Amino acid sequence: MSWILIVEQSLNGLQFGLMLFLLAAGLTLVFGIMDMINLAHGSLYMLGAFLAATLVQATGSFALGVLLAIPATAVLGMLLEMSVLRTLYARDHLSQVLATFALILIFNEAVRIIWGPDMPLSVPAALSGPVQLLPGMVYPAYRLLIIGVGAAVAGALYLLVARTRIGMLVRAGASNREMALAMGVNIPRLFTLLFGVGAGLCAVAGALLGPLFAVQVGMGENILILAFVVIVIGGIGSIRGALVGSLLVGVVDTIGRAFLPLLFGIFFQPRVASAAGPAIASVLVYLLMAAVLYIKPQGLFPARG
Amino acid sequence: MRRAAPWVVLALALAFPLAMQAEQTYYLSFASRIFVYALAATSLNLILGYGGMISFGHAAFVGTGAYVSSILLSEGVASAWIGWPAAVAASALAALAIGAVSLRTRGAYFIMITLAFAQMMFFLVNSMKAYGGDEGLSLRERASVGLGVDLGSDFAFYYTALAALAAGLYGLHRLAHSRFGRVIQAIRENEERAEAIGFPVYRHKLACFVIAGAAGGLAGALLASHGKYVNPNVLHWTHSGTLMVMVILGGVGRLWGGVIGAAALLGLEDLIANHRVDWLAAIFPNYQQHASLGVGAALLAIVLFAPEGIAGMLARRKHA
Repeated sequence: MSWILIVEQSLNGLQFGLMLFLLAAGLTLVFGIMDMINLAHGSLYMLGAFLAATLVQATGSFALGVLLAIPATAVLGMLLEMSVLRTLYARDHLSQVLATFALILIFNEAVRIIWGPDMPLSVPAALSGPVQLLPGMVYPAYRLLIIGVGAAVAGALYLLVARTRIGMLVRAGASNREMALAMGVNIPRLFTLLFGVGAGLCAVAGALLGPLFAVQVGMGENILILAFVVIVIGGIGSIRGALVGSLLVGVVDTIGRAFLPLLFGIFFQPRVASAAGPAIASVLVYLLMAAVLYIKPQGLFPARG
Repeated sequence: MRRAAPWVVLALALAFPLAMQAEQTYYLSFASRIFVYALAATSLNLILGYGGMISFGHAAFVGTGAYVSSILLSEGVASAWIGWPAAVAASALAALAIGAVSLRTRGAYFIMITLAFAQMMFFLVNSMKAYGGDEGLSLRERASVGLGVDLGSDFAFYYTALAALAAGLYGLHRLAHSRFGRVIQAIRENEERAEAIGFPVYRHKLACFVIAGAAGGLAGALLASHGKYVNPNVLHWTHSGTLMVMVILGGVGRLWGGVIGAAALLGLEDLIANHRVDWLAAIFPNYQQHASLGVGAALLAIVLFAPEGIAGMLARRKHA
């Protein structure tokens, strides 16, 4: 277990955490402001990835394709909000869960009809090689790009929410919706806009992670649950909580998968270690969530109260 | 008339196999599958509809039952009299542990934490390489009940599943009208008030959660025996979602909700996949491969326009 491996895995964790943040940011604001559980958020991630794959193919340029996929997904997200989701805000959580679960089924089949079960999307040739970070340590250039883009988008989002007038209205809506309405904030319009931004962030994450995982039907479902874990850990409605939660989950998950099997190998027989290590590693983030909720039932940074 | 309806349904279900030809086992097997899912959905309806606890992790208990009974079978414990009670006990234990932590949270946090615990079990089962891992576990035969009955025949399994479902429905009916059931429903309506009156709210909710988990475990054991196969997807969160869909589709907090919902959902899927409609196929050639598009659209329509489910619509028509 050399220090190079540790640095490398930490960077992987950072990269995964930043991508999770792009998903969790939209989710936590939707959840915080409208008290709405949106399971279809993962479908927007999938749609973003498929649109990016198509546009990259059509334009022949990775950057151009991804940049075009972002507004396209944002528009789709806003249309979805205006047509279906808007009618669900006043309903109970059960109806929201059910309706957005139905949307997942619909989106999965629609994508399968339009694109088929998967789409090729690969790392652009210019970024496929490794980069020498430190003497004796190389790291894939594409992953570095993800970290850079993720950090830039996260920073911009933080400035948008913490420093601008729009962001102030969003925060006002998240901490007390009725009060914000009473003060004359046009919450419905603000919310459609916010939903578009959230969908755009989904597209960024979907397009960038597409080459690393796979662009396929159902890709949004497991990462959606991780995004929920993130916002529950961070505190529903808190953008700062989403950032801390994302990095925590990303790093714990990646480091756990890389090192728990090795760690178990020191203490147990190889047969036990090879079985128990991956098993414990895969549930580590859920244990983390249970522990956080046990200590702070409202998450690390509660937005309300 | 209302009182007679359940007996008429039961009599029809009992007579159904006798009307079948020997080679029509497909429908017997399909009906058994509906019964098993109906039992699972009914157990979820107890916590969801009667208790008002929106658990998004019910597949964890169904899956625990399915896996415990399958593992026992693959280890050579063929008797259902051991395997099924063990499945029920394991699921009850899982529900006790998950419920004890989850029920300390409220609202959306409860939904999320039950979801997360179920995913945790999903990943645990996925990494059990000794029992098939992500490929699942195939069983050579169904569990055996002795007494000269061969559960391997679809005929015998049909009646076993029917008996389990009937027992589940009778249990839910009695429970809903018992003192315990009244308290549970009072907690659903107003938790603070129930607490102020002096009921131990947390203990009642936990007991309700455990009972539902145990019944879900029995459904899981039956499900594994029925298909002679179990894989980790039985614990996946989309499976929890499917069970929830059945409950909502049928009717939340209504005795027959789970049964109607399971029959409607599985029936709709089967109808789209196995019965080609020529004029529809002319417009949309491969529509039968995309059954879940229709299911999703139907579900969305139900949630938006008929929130009380099918049982609710039937009841409203009767009163009107």
